[in-house]
Amino acid sequence: MNLIPVNGKVVDPAERLSINTDIARKMLSGFIKDQMDKAGMTRAVIGLSGGIDSALSAYLAAQALGPQNVLAVRMPYRTSAQDSLDDAQRIIDALGLQSLTVPITDMADPLIAQFPDLNSIRKGDIMARLRMIVLYDQSAAFGGLVVGTSNKTEMLLGYSTIYGDSGVALHPIADLYKTQVRQLSAALEIPHSVQTKPPSADLWEGQTDEGELGFTYAEVDKVLFMMVDERYTIDDVVAEGFERAFVEKVWRRVKINHFKRTMPNVAKVSRRSIGHDWLYLRDYTGR
Amino acid sequence: MRLMLGLAQLYPKIGDVAANLHKHLEAVEQAANAGVDLLIFPELSMTGYQVQDLVPEVAIEATADDPVYARLLDASHMLDLVVGFVQRDVRQRYFVAQAYLSAGTTVHVHHKVYLPTYGMFDEARYFDQGEEVRAFDTRFGRVGMLICEDFWHMSPPYILWMDGADLLIFSSASPGRGLDGSERLSESRWVEQVNQAYGSAFTNYVVHVNRVGYEDGKAFWGGSSVVDPNGNFLVRGFYFDEVLLTREIDLNQVRRTRARLPLLRDERPALIQRELTRILSKDEHTR
Repeated sequence: MNLIPVNGKVVDPAERLSINTDIARKMLSGFIKDQMDKAGMTRAVIGLSGGIDSALSAYLAAQALGPQNVLAVRMPYRTSAQDSLDDAQRIIDALGLQSLTVPITDMADPLIAQFPDLNSIRKGDIMARLRMIVLYDQSAAFGGLVVGTSNKTEMLLGYSTIYGDSGVALHPIADLYKTQVRQLSAALEIPHSVQTKPPSADLWEGQTDEGELGFTYAEVDKVLFMMVDERYTIDDVVAEGFERAFVEKVWRRVKINHFKRTMPNVAKVSRRSIGHDWLYLRDYTGR
Repeated sequence: MRLMLGLAQLYPKIGDVAANLHKHLEAVEQAANAGVDLLIFPELSMTGYQVQDLVPEVAIEATADDPVYARLLDASHMLDLVVGFVQRDVRQRYFVAQAYLSAGTTVHVHHKVYLPTYGMFDEARYFDQGEEVRAFDTRFGRVGMLICEDFWHMSPPYILWMDGADLLIFSSASPGRGLDGSERLSESRWVEQVNQAYGSAFTNYVVHVNRVGYEDGKAFWGGSSVVDPNGNFLVRGFYFDEVLLTREIDLNQVRRTRARLPLLRDERPALIQRELTRILSKDEHTR
């Protein structure tokens, strides 16, 4: 009798993170269009950093609404890299988006100057929140909803500024891990320089996400995918060959940042309270 | 006997019964003009899926006195109609209901017996569960109707098979999920596999109508389908978009398939009953 060992990894998270980009595009651009329809709007406003997440969101929005209905806003601070501005311009040109550049230096510096020992985290948060203010002002001026650019990896790790980059009207790519954002961006043929540069919040010179987080997106996405999507325990993930200290560090980060992913609690005193037992979809407009 | 099916893969507006009634009547008109004999709408087609606290507002009584239901009954003079709604009973209990209407009368109403209340589903919070699974006679032979989670369990389709149904009508509001690298969502693959299995194992027709559109970020995937008694798909592959599909089927195929494959003739329900009685009478829980 022939003995045939059938080989194959029990789990290959890298392979299972792969997505059908046609379906993703269909679901996500459809979502953007639907959200605009329900808000009674036809246009979108999006902060374009020159990075891959906002580029992808802009591509999906342009597909959903037409590029003339998407306002891309560049909001550089004086330390922002010229590369970032140039890449954002490439995306604007490639898609034919409407665009605007609103530097935030003159808004940020007077506040920063009041606190001489203000660290780079606080500085970064101030910038992120000022950008939110600019976007929501443009939302009113342009008549468009502010489209979020956060991905699932950032949301889970809490690698965001509350009421800054997290302050948006809809989240088209927040159920895609960074690895999947990269895959979809490649399929949509987003400019090469945007796809290949190291991810960065660009809050100070030389900053990179992966340097600041202490691990790569490719690695952390595998762990997050197993634990969140596939409901693995820490022990299950370690059994797949991941270092326990790494897995524990990641999971602790996910848990302590849960508050960033939820609405603030409402203290319940009545019989029926917002956020507790007053239950209607956000999509239910009553119109 | 030939039967022209209509599969109304529509996008109901959440909480807006008047708008949805209008949409239904338009589809009836369109289907009747296309020669459709039996037009099937998805689960909760009159209300949208996640009605939550809107349940009492959108509920209707399945009687000719109800102005909305009366319009549907009236439409069933043009063709036979399967429609999904929230049904209120006289004691203020609410059911996820699917009615088969013909020639101005209610032939049958099915109440969903399995209310998914796990993961993103919360149905048992709002609805009472149905207590019956019954086949019924129509002008196209004996039919069985189930709603979404009902046919994720094997027993209700089996009961309908034993109760004489040669045509199974499944309606759903199934949110798309499980985006991976394959050509369809894992959810679509799973449901299609199950429906194909029922057609094959019961030598029956299986018609599935799933809704499309979005509710709070969930994208309903459509993919309405028809499986013939040989287990072949006659209709499949229309995902995410609103569409009215028509397909003629030959009910005599049931006889021809069963002549080749007498699974129904050889089925032994009494054996199952004996064994289930034995299993259920055991002291310890074996499930």
